[in-house]
Amino acid sequence: MAQHSRKGAQFQAVTANRLADGIVVYLTAANEWSVSLQDADVAEGKEAAEALLARGQKFYVPDILVVDIYLFEVEKTDGGIRASSVREIIRQAGPTVRTDLGKQAEIDGVHA
Amino acid sequence: MYRYDQFDQQLVDERVTEFSGQVARRLSGELAEDDFKPLRLMNGVYLQLHSYMLRIAIPYGTLSSRQVRKLAEIERVYDKGYGHFTTRQNLQLHWPALKDVPAILRELASVEMHCIQTSGNCIRNTTSDHHAGAVPGELEDPRVICEIIRQWSTFHPEFSYLPRKFKIAVSATEHDRAAIRIHDIGVQVVTNAAGEIGYEVWVGGGLGRTPIIGKKIADFVPREDLLAYLESILRVYNMFGRRDNSYKARIKILVHEIGAEDMRRQVEAEFAEVKTRGVLQLPDDEVARIEKYFAAPAWEDLSDDVPEIDALAAKDKGFAEWLRNNVSAHKVPGYSIVNVSLKPIGLTPGDCSADQMDVLADIADKYAFSEIRVAHEQNLCLAHVRKRDLHEVYQALNASELATPNIGLITDQIACPGLDYCNLANARSIVIAQRLSERFSDIEFQKKIGRLHVNMSGCINACGHHHVGHIGILGVDKKGVEYYQVTLGGAADETAAVGDIVGPAFTEGEIIDAIDTIVETYLGLRQDGEIFIDTYRRVGVQPFKDKLYATH
Repeated sequence: MAQHSRKGAQFQAVTANRLADGIVVYLTAANEWSVSLQDADVAEGKEAAEALLARGQKFYVPDILVVDIYLFEVEKTDGGIRASSVREIIRQAGPTVRTDLGKQAEIDGVHA
Repeated sequence: MYRYDQFDQQLVDERVTEFSGQVARRLSGELAEDDFKPLRLMNGVYLQLHSYMLRIAIPYGTLSSRQVRKLAEIERVYDKGYGHFTTRQNLQLHWPALKDVPAILRELASVEMHCIQTSGNCIRNTTSDHHAGAVPGELEDPRVICEIIRQWSTFHPEFSYLPRKFKIAVSATEHDRAAIRIHDIGVQVVTNAAGEIGYEVWVGGGLGRTPIIGKKIADFVPREDLLAYLESILRVYNMFGRRDNSYKARIKILVHEIGAEDMRRQVEAEFAEVKTRGVLQLPDDEVARIEKYFAAPAWEDLSDDVPEIDALAAKDKGFAEWLRNNVSAHKVPGYSIVNVSLKPIGLTPGDCSADQMDVLADIADKYAFSEIRVAHEQNLCLAHVRKRDLHEVYQALNASELATPNIGLITDQIACPGLDYCNLANARSIVIAQRLSERFSDIEFQKKIGRLHVNMSGCINACGHHHVGHIGILGVDKKGVEYYQVTLGGAADETAAVGDIVGPAFTEGEIIDAIDTIVETYLGLRQDGEIFIDTYRRVGVQPFKDKLYATH
């Protein structure tokens, strides 16, 4: 499984790509996969993060919904949840060179 | 152009049916991801950051206008209205849904196209010179041998599970526009003392984390023996290439470890064996049959002097610039090769919209024998245009942002999709290419700088050929932040060389100024008649290092 988090990260969320179309999704508190990072369940600390990942992988068991499930680091800001790395910000929003495409073009406040 | 025979078409149609079933079984949950992933990769389907990516094979970079129109239609219906041409002359769609891929493959098959062997550890699309069949000094049209290699390598059972991927390129002129020395096998068409056509064979070139220039292991392989010789190389690689470590699995590592001489000896031994069986000897009539598909178009008997074009160039500065930079000499009087820049200032290198593709198809039908080529530098090319039509072609291209007069100049950069799209990337490359393009947008300054190839990759896998750019830029990740490492002195042509790392990496904010410093340093040092690479080879890395890190 891909490693996209930092050792010692305080806050982490779980992401994946939807199988049928590849769209980026996030695991919610209701154990659903949302297209918006703002719906993501955020775990604090290593143990909670591992539990969150295990929950995500449980929803991987039927093996038809999402692929490539992994933890990544986020920050909680006044404006909402923000991905920490450039990679995850781009996954969350869309290509920085085509701001007319991707979630940035479809969902309000995607950058929080 | 080559046309599918019944076997080609049946092969592709059967694969579409097979993969459609696999996708359906995956979507229903019958197939697990681990079982499905190798199957989708065999059909060119990758999972990228925002969605899937589909890599469409363009054999030796040659497309008909009919195919280009179909690609445009696919981009509109199933994607987001554009595609990205790659350094291997392929086209990538950035946004297809997996559930739509079977339909896309069916559309492609209807115009003799597919995505077979655009991924996986097999022999990939054979690439070639985009000026093939048009350029002066060519010994034969290299696409004939490319097509023969394509037929031999398609679904070759022995070479479907190689230690790693395998790329072949063919060049038929002294000046190498196909970058053959950075391929697993590079084939150079040559003649012997008797004037017969044969092939010089280079092996073990490649970029990625271990960039190596290929070694010549054969000076002259007769035409009838070429497939037997290639098969022998593949056999040696299949037997001795490393399978324990994917970073050391390419043939370049094998050649590097055992040495070119030993490689040559082993290939020769295998070749002696393969030859005795005789089954891979190319029959003359089959070569002649394929040659016919690449027969020259019906050129007219024209004068090479076209005063009306000279007069238009005198009046129209934009046209004159375009003529100077984007139009190359053709082997037939009265004709030119038109290079179509996919590097408009400030936009994405290699991207082409569906609307632009339709325009190109129309132009090709009207002025260029319905044929469009893809260059490995991520540009396109109309190989046979009458000189007297050049101004009309220019105007039609210019109206669709396809006539930026920058071929071979600093703004004609190679850039991989990078972190804006790619799952493997560590840093963005397109945005750096765009900023650099804007910084150096002044055509007069670009001309003053002269020929200069800037190549950039968003990770060590080097899809953007950064090692062989005169200036190479490699994006790296330092704790989630993008940095850019610079190499100088690389070259992808017959003088192929891997660039030297100039020093510590630059931040995103520093990199454009750093390139500016390199260019200014070169302009200060160059002697009459030199282009960047000449000056670099004369003075070395130190003066650039001194300037770049003087204030750090």
